[in-house]
Amino acid sequence: MIDKTVSSPEAALADVPDGATIMIGGFGSAGLPAELIEALVAQGARDLTIVNNNAGNGDTGLAALLKARRVRRIICSFPRQVDSHVFDGLFRAGEIELELVPQGNLAERIRAAGAGIGAFFTPTGYGTELARGKETRVIDGRGYVLEFPIHGDYALIKAERGDRWGNLVYRKTARNFGPVMASAARITVATVHEMVPLGALDPEAVVTPGVYVKRLVPIPRVATQPVGVRPV
Amino acid sequence: MVNRWTKEQMAARVARDIPDGAVVNLGIGLPTLVSNFLPHGREVILHSENGVLGMGPAPPSGEEDYDLINAGKQPVTLLPGGCFFHHADSFAMMRGGHLDICVLGAFQVSVRGDLANWATGEPGAIPAVGGAMDLAIGAKQTFVMMELLTKRGESKLVAECSYPLTGLACVSRVYTDMAVIDVTPAGLRAVELIDGLSLDELTRLAGVPIAPAPGDDR
Repeated sequence: MIDKTVSSPEAALADVPDGATIMIGGFGSAGLPAELIEALVAQGARDLTIVNNNAGNGDTGLAALLKARRVRRIICSFPRQVDSHVFDGLFRAGEIELELVPQGNLAERIRAAGAGIGAFFTPTGYGTELARGKETRVIDGRGYVLEFPIHGDYALIKAERGDRWGNLVYRKTARNFGPVMASAARITVATVHEMVPLGALDPEAVVTPGVYVKRLVPIPRVATQPVGVRPV
Repeated sequence: MVNRWTKEQMAARVARDIPDGAVVNLGIGLPTLVSNFLPHGREVILHSENGVLGMGPAPPSGEEDYDLINAGKQPVTLLPGGCFFHHADSFAMMRGGHLDICVLGAFQVSVRGDLANWATGEPGAIPAVGGAMDLAIGAKQTFVMMELLTKRGESKLVAECSYPLTGLACVSRVYTDMAVIDVTPAGLRAVELIDGLSLDELTRLAGVPIAPAPGDDR
């Protein structure tokens, strides 16, 4: 019998080694798997490469992982936020490496890894400093930059509902990077707020097929809190 | 003293040029105001790069859902017919030319339509690009909304951008607080000037050549 359910975030991440590349879903707090990040902080792996759209907010979650000096390198599109002081301090002190990637190239590089694509030409970034040193080509009169896939050892994502085969659906804009990251890592760990029996998810509407998911952790629902914005 | 359009007037002017049925991405900041001025009865589909088509206005206070946010991470709503999709799809529809119009803020626009809007290149600044480069080159038309002059009185229309580039030759029209200006293969061309401003005065303030609107002999 296939059952990908794991009892706790700690159990799901017990085998993360030092030096791992870890993709973390989420755009702001939507889709950010907070419980998995907390478990990663507690787990202790060091020298990590993190792939996330942002670089942590406030002092918890990804920011706490950074603050504990466990991250050597971060690949992201938008580190600077009103509450990114942990990253800002490490970056200014030269204590973290940053690979800044345009958001669409970030998503497509992750997608390419999951889809077995060796590299691709994208128009995004052509002629800018983020394409410096990269191979370029003019195709039908338009300039393109060669970009390579980003593979993960682990992907930590947050879904809404899943079954024991690992099929997933998401909630609203919390979907964001989840489906592409799920496909791009050797071990994808997803939290779900609800486990349902096989057959209960509408097969026409499954967003992430279970083939991409290794471990599922049921987590009680808590309302997503705002981050990255000034309090209203 | 030259007249200036207010931010709201600039937003209303941009909104006037967005046709019924258009699929539009409004960038963070000034462009977000445009949604307040879309005329009633004109159906426009708003895209947000974090994975929404058919984005609606902010929810009433107390009904915010932070799983339903826009690219600025502010809570929004979904209109009937709207849908969600993942990030790679969202940027594929942008890069693939499926959006009609994108409205962006800018630090500088060059006479060839090069855009600089993501970094000032200051030493020690924390870089952040987000979707700026994808947005700049993705839509069929890229509109820029910006004040013509910096706080120090320097023109943001330039022969060559001095700030780091976001995209090459990607801007089609610039909405400033004094004039609306098209970027054409032959250079900048005035579309509309605020009352009381001559083309000579606009050109002097902008510091770059601007051709008159077709049929305008001012």
